[in-house]
Amino acid sequence: MSIPSLKRLVLGVAAAIGLTATLGAHAADPLKVGFVYIGPIGDHGWTYQHEQGRQALIKQFGDKVQTSFVENVAEGADAERVIRNMAKGGYDLVFTTSFGYMNPTAKVAKQFPKATFEHATGYKQDKNLGTYLSTSYEGRYVGGFLAAKMTKSKKIGYIASFPIPEVIRDINAIQLALDKYNPGTEIKVVWVNSWFDPGKEADAANALIDQGVDVVFQHTDSPAPIQTAERRGVYAIGYASDMAHFGPKAVLTSIVNNWGPHYIRSTQAVIDGNWKSQDYWGGLAEGTIELPISPLVPAEVKTEAEQIIAGIKDGSFHPFAGPILDQKGDVRIAAGSVASNAELAGMNYYVKGISAQLPQ
Amino acid sequence: MLLTLEPRLQQSRRHLLLSPLLAALLTLLCGALLFAALGHDPLATFHTLLIEPVQDFYGVSELLIKAIPILLCALGLAVAYQARIWNIGAEGQLLIGALAGSALAINLLDWDSVLALPAVILTGVLAGALWAALAAWLRTHFNANEILTTIMLNYIALNLLLYFVHGPLKDPEGFSFPQSAMFADASRLPTLFDDVRLHAGFYLVLLAAVAVWVLLSRSFLGFQVRVLGLDSRAAGLMGFREKRLVWLALLISGGLAGLAGVSEVTGPIGQLVPQVSPGYGYAAITVAFLGRLNPLGIIVAGLLMALLYLGGENAQMTLNLPQSLTELFQGMMLFFLLACDLLILYRVRLGSWFRPATRKHTEHAPA
Repeated sequence: MSIPSLKRLVLGVAAAIGLTATLGAHAADPLKVGFVYIGPIGDHGWTYQHEQGRQALIKQFGDKVQTSFVENVAEGADAERVIRNMAKGGYDLVFTTSFGYMNPTAKVAKQFPKATFEHATGYKQDKNLGTYLSTSYEGRYVGGFLAAKMTKSKKIGYIASFPIPEVIRDINAIQLALDKYNPGTEIKVVWVNSWFDPGKEADAANALIDQGVDVVFQHTDSPAPIQTAERRGVYAIGYASDMAHFGPKAVLTSIVNNWGPHYIRSTQAVIDGNWKSQDYWGGLAEGTIELPISPLVPAEVKTEAEQIIAGIKDGSFHPFAGPILDQKGDVRIAAGSVASNAELAGMNYYVKGISAQLPQ
Repeated sequence: MLLTLEPRLQQSRRHLLLSPLLAALLTLLCGALLFAALGHDPLATFHTLLIEPVQDFYGVSELLIKAIPILLCALGLAVAYQARIWNIGAEGQLLIGALAGSALAINLLDWDSVLALPAVILTGVLAGALWAALAAWLRTHFNANEILTTIMLNYIALNLLLYFVHGPLKDPEGFSFPQSAMFADASRLPTLFDDVRLHAGFYLVLLAAVAVWVLLSRSFLGFQVRVLGLDSRAAGLMGFREKRLVWLALLISGGLAGLAGVSEVTGPIGQLVPQVSPGYGYAAITVAFLGRLNPLGIIVAGLLMALLYLGGENAQMTLNLPQSLTELFQGMMLFFLLACDLLILYRVRLGSWFRPATRKHTEHAPA
């Protein structure tokens, strides 16, 4: 072997090692995706569904992603630390899954311009900070239809968390469905001022049922209202996750948040380098909302519900199609138009037909 | 009985120092067994839980931020507990301090003055003290048990806070989400260094620790407080005015809890939110007792508590350890610390099976 060829061999080997090293580094360098949760992953509601989304992400990408989460993160001073620690720890994509994380997420996103952040249910965006939410009002409308068909007492109950637009919008969607499919049916609202408090939620369910309500909706995350409805022999509509197994004789449907498709899409976009900040609204059409309808619902009612779902999916029907009047009778959404996302995002009035007053 | 406990005539000074060490050893041992049984390398897990969170300056600064509200509450509680005034209401006093301070701060959004911050802080302190004063009044006028009244006032405070943050103090430009506007810089506690969140609340803790130490150990007032705690009859015979001391203990602990609350909203949070406190006022009760109601001990205990919070987060993030497991570890540590304190007041003896004569002897011995 001549000297030049030896040299070439050495160079070749060195290059090969170098190449494998870079390839190896590339293959062993998964995208790090972090999740910040407001509740415990075993809450069977909101956080549980986000955790299901994370599992879907792992299933889809395997070794190409490395994920982790921190659960029960309080929305005060702690949130910023957890979010920043993720960014500092080299996480490329961080999902912060509760409204109260908005300002901490926005602050950390500014300090870590190379990382990507997505905040659920908020309204602040930045170059590397997007927002996403599920249009649960679509599910509530269909739930309102089922309630209209199944109620005997013409009284529907709603266990509400906080009077924010998301909750008000969902209450309104139900009232609109009730007006259309069973006029004269009334929605009664109890505010529990919590997202997760099984004791208070059960108390609220009992109070509603004592007032004659025979279909109970909830905008809270624990299965307690479902269990109460099952025990008291009335119907219920689950929220966040499929709660049918907590009340097989009570649950007509659950408004299931299915975050997997959105998490997969966003992660793919970050991997491909074409992620863009946006305000993403996912509903029935996007697969972000699912409505498993129970066999308790008669076949003809189910068929009609599926027609409504199909209409929402193909865009031929919108729950907030005008004319929509508020309690005073003022026109809020004009006839012939549908509510814009901005109008829905700022909704702070009850629609006509609801007799209760909004808190404060 | 295999083991018997025998009261000591005096606190054992040796065990006063040894019992925390023994507790730490037992915690590490049981923790190691727990982590190993679940398939985690114990040493690596301890490193993640206890060392990694504080191995750089940023980590230490975050530890201090977490400890500040706990320490302020616990220092105040030490004064009350020395007098055997069982203030369980630090959480509510903290929330009221945060609420009142915020109410002023969002009315000072355009007031760019050096007086803004002191005014906001003072409002928080006074509001916390006022909230505790309700319990003091109920106790001194109706002899209402302060344990019950302070607990109940916690719930009232939380719901007042929720009412205001959903109502009058809500950010008008915030799409009616429950939070106030961000405060102006003039009413924010300044940060001490660039790039970290550590704020001037740190100095407030040092100040409070020295003040509480001077009060309890170096002043006649503190002496009266301690006598009241040890023997209220003796305090009465010596002419100490019990009612005045009850007021004093509750006002000081309420004021410091209010300071904790207002330093959270003007410090790391920067606005009023419904979740000002993830239970700092309750954690402070544990910290006050772990620190043996002594300012220095409280600082050590508070930092330990804060470290366990940070370590738990870190273990979730880097080891995917479930939160319940790290909470179990925290619980174990608190359990052993309190259990080992038994040794300070009691002697453990091998019991009757081996030395029945000794037992008989101790039973008949005068106390």
